[in-house]
Amino acid sequence: MSQLTDLTLLEAAAGLRAGRFSARQLTEAHLERISALDPELHAFLTVTAELARTQADAADRRLAEARRAGVESLPPLLGLPIALKDVLCLEGVPTTCGSRILEGFRPPYTATAVQRLLDQGAVVLGMLNTDEFAMGSSTENSAYGVTHNPWNLERVPGGSSGGAAAAVAAELCLAALATDTGGSVRQPAAFCGVTGLKPSYGRVSRYGLIAYGSSLDCIGVLARSAADLLPVFLGMAGTDPLDSTSLETALPPIDLDGGLRGVRIGVPHEYFIEGIHPEVERGVRQAIETLTSLGAQAVPIRLPHTDLALPVYYVIAPAEASANLARYDGVRFGPRLRGHDLLDQYLETRGHLFGPEVKRRIMLGTYALSAGYYDAYYGQAQKVRTLIKRDFDEAFTEVDLIACPVAPTTAFAIGAHGDDPLAMYLEDVFTLPANLAGVPGMAFPVGRDADGLPIGMQLMAPALGEAHLFRAAHAYQQVTAWHKERPPR
Amino acid sequence: MALTLDEVRHIASLARLSLTPEEEQRFQQQLSSILEHASRLSQVDTTAIPPTASVLPHPARLRPDTPRPASSRPAILANAPDTERDYFRIPPVFDAEA
Repeated sequence: MSQLTDLTLLEAAAGLRAGRFSARQLTEAHLERISALDPELHAFLTVTAELARTQADAADRRLAEARRAGVESLPPLLGLPIALKDVLCLEGVPTTCGSRILEGFRPPYTATAVQRLLDQGAVVLGMLNTDEFAMGSSTENSAYGVTHNPWNLERVPGGSSGGAAAAVAAELCLAALATDTGGSVRQPAAFCGVTGLKPSYGRVSRYGLIAYGSSLDCIGVLARSAADLLPVFLGMAGTDPLDSTSLETALPPIDLDGGLRGVRIGVPHEYFIEGIHPEVERGVRQAIETLTSLGAQAVPIRLPHTDLALPVYYVIAPAEASANLARYDGVRFGPRLRGHDLLDQYLETRGHLFGPEVKRRIMLGTYALSAGYYDAYYGQAQKVRTLIKRDFDEAFTEVDLIACPVAPTTAFAIGAHGDDPLAMYLEDVFTLPANLAGVPGMAFPVGRDADGLPIGMQLMAPALGEAHLFRAAHAYQQVTAWHKERPPR
Repeated sequence: MALTLDEVRHIASLARLSLTPEEEQRFQQQLSSILEHASRLSQVDTTAIPPTASVLPHPARLRPDTPRPASSRPAILANAPDTERDYFRIPPVFDAEA
């Protein structure tokens, strides 16, 4: 039965429709694989086995009914097992954000992006590990323990969506919903050798996503190929009256087989700098050659403010986080540590139940927003953000896509960055700019290093230009097999 | 941009975080080095550059304020550490022992 977990999302959907197996069998196969492998990976924080079985049985009834009635058109995700990063609300299922401050929290409602997939009949296997409040690049900041990279258990899976990337790579689920505020979908996708999409800002409703940095947060998807990603993205994208930042612009049809003829791909000088691992650079440059052999044209470009993205991000994101995380006060949700009065309760609850990285960012943000420092830090960071966004606006008048590495290195060892936050922040240098500019990005595997670890490439497109990303990544995956390689066992 | 220990304590109190003396020391050093890195921003000429608060192409839109079903009160209260009837219970706002 376990070979059912080897299927791609599209193969599984076809198999269900053809009656080769049931949604219940498909779900049981994934639950068995989670039982077998997750004790050493620790990708899941909660496995919703009973809920998944109920949803799978409901999907089987819909499939049987459709067969009886001769209905051919079924929702693409009907009966397909997926999982959710533990920052997305699913009614009644514990959602912790990887934090002790939300231990035991059961959301009273479901996120729009999740609900849209449930409406199609998708099956939810559980909640996936994350750096606390999505702050980190390794999942080492989770209060519930680190996730291990399925390619090498001593390495991190990346972060913050490390649980999602590890689960998709290890075939514990067909796809995972996750979030990307500064690279949290793309970097773990690269570290675990899967395909990850960060959509344009505003493309997917964030109602029911627990907020971190509101001008940057995006809900994205991880799957084992661009073709597998597409139905999940289409399923959740689109405007939502419950999120005023969701865009009303309709999603154009996405033709996976549109090809690359005439597509101009910008190669930014600033993303191939000293410090990037030579094997990563070689892998990405080779992938760019493959894209040009398929008809694309590579064009050298400049994004001159790239090196300012890191300081801009680490002012703006913590500032927004310090405001968003003010709500965790031990009054309405989560555990409470007693104080002799209300103020003392706030200090004790927040001081003890937030982890070190979250406290660090709250402190940074509080400082950047405080009287006397606001203009110098937050105000100035917002202006420099404009310069970074203009870099992209100008580049995209010349090119359709930008190709670059996802991260300077492949998956690093657990514990490698110890207690050095700045070293960890540097992992995000190539992914932060897309969030600051609001443009979509996709990461996918283009090789492996000498240690056998996946190398990822990133493509970025103009805002609302996800179709370009899908076409290019799919064209690449039609002529290469990196995305089909799976970790041992 | 080195922070003093007093500044660290002031920020922690603004942010409502109790810190141990070890944390104060560590954050003093770590936040100083991060702010040092961020101080590069002050060297950028941003004269006449408007700030970007949101990358949305237009301001967030409004919708009619129409009542609709919301989460159930018991489900919301069930998440609270302490409740009484339909209320969240909190300790005294002013020091009970004062």
